[in-house]
Amino acid sequence: MDLDFSPVWSGWPQLLQGALVTVEVTSVSLLLGCVLGLLIGMGRLHPERRWVYGFCTAYLAVIRGTPLLVQLFILFFGLPQFGIMLPAFLCGVLGLGIYSGAYVSEIVRGAIQSIDRGQMEAARSIGLSSRQAMLNVILPQAVVRMIPPLGNEFIALIKNSALVSLLTIHDLMHEGQKIISVSYRSLEVYLAIALMYFVLTGLTTLALRHVEQRLRAGGMVQ
Amino acid sequence: MKVTPNSTEPILRIRGLCKSFGAQPVLQGIDLDVRPSQVVVVIGPSGSGKSTLLRCCNGLEQAEAGRVDICSQTLVDQGRMLPEAQLNALREDVGMVFQSFNLFAHLSVLDNITLGPRKLRGQSRAQAEMQARALLDKVGLAHKADAMPASLSGGQKQRVAIARALAMQPRVMLFDEPTSALDPELVGEVLQVMKLLASEGMTMMVVTHEMDFAKEVADVVVVMDAGMVVESGPPETIFSQPTQERTRSFLQAILSRS
Repeated sequence: MDLDFSPVWSGWPQLLQGALVTVEVTSVSLLLGCVLGLLIGMGRLHPERRWVYGFCTAYLAVIRGTPLLVQLFILFFGLPQFGIMLPAFLCGVLGLGIYSGAYVSEIVRGAIQSIDRGQMEAARSIGLSSRQAMLNVILPQAVVRMIPPLGNEFIALIKNSALVSLLTIHDLMHEGQKIISVSYRSLEVYLAIALMYFVLTGLTTLALRHVEQRLRAGGMVQ
Repeated sequence: MKVTPNSTEPILRIRGLCKSFGAQPVLQGIDLDVRPSQVVVVIGPSGSGKSTLLRCCNGLEQAEAGRVDICSQTLVDQGRMLPEAQLNALREDVGMVFQSFNLFAHLSVLDNITLGPRKLRGQSRAQAEMQARALLDKVGLAHKADAMPASLSGGQKQRVAIARALAMQPRVMLFDEPTSALDPELVGEVLQVMKLLASEGMTMMVVTHEMDFAKEVADVVVVMDAGMVVESGPPETIFSQPTQERTRSFLQAILSRS
């Protein structure tokens, strides 16, 4: 068996360009996922607000209970039947963001509910409204607890983003497949892509570790 | 002993207060008055409803029946609570100190104290910090302004919690077993601060098991059991000539412990 990495070397600029698109797709969907996750997670804190709670619970059930690939295809290939033609990049970001939001929402809810009840009571007892207490007392503490599970979620998102190559988005996976289609060097190119994804997830892990350490140094984490 | 005029209107008036958790009745018709500058100490066995009574006085618990008037407002009447905005404003006048301190874990000592005045009183950071440092000085913790709560001892935490409540310049202070979570050697420093407040004329309602504090500082001692007031009166009477058998047995149990 002989390995020939020359297509990887000659296709290097293409792969880097693809990696850049992967970073773009994942960062935007990460942001979207966090915003959605925060809203959905907070919407599930109070079951007595039945409509909000019901909507958020349904969102979680549907998005978490169906494959990401199917959701992406519905956005990209399904919606045009209703005359809704979204650009591929938007479909990819929306699909990944909505999907990730479901998982982030459970991280958000878990972290908020893990904060001792006494913190909210103390905040309310000095006269803060529930919104002020949430913003100034509960969320700052909850965010710190979200970081480790969010790290997992970010890494899953980076890897899941390879699926958007099927929506004609020119991400790392897509660029790799283009190189394979002319060089027929599947193993070499896939190994190179795997390595590049590994670098991306590794950098994410390091960045989050850094953030956590800084918070710890600031006394935010016990 | 302070001399407290009894003619003044109560700042806290509780009438016929009832509260249950599920099928379990916790308060069964409580009547209680706290007048300005009075120190009312509530004692009784655990599970007697003392803490719940206190928490009903700032709306952390909602009583189902009866009425609480505090700081010239009707907090709750037959299960109807004061609307949210007014409740928040009322709570600024009613300080609360918790058994488990509940300092904001992510904020320094100084920020714990200034959060309320800055967010609710529109004070500048400089203004609020000046007041906070004065309060820290009062509770003997001026040197801990920049410490994080996790680095403090229990007694220090509770003194910061008292300073945090005082920063809102409350008209009444509620203390919910403020020394029960402390190591015995740290109880004194917290009680000392509370005695200082009492001597300055702060109106206080204190749930505690510290009988010496009750004897020394209380104007009125209220004995609760099974969600009812067993008896109440000046500490001399309650501790030396209790009229109720329930009070006698409770005091015996408590005093034989120490």
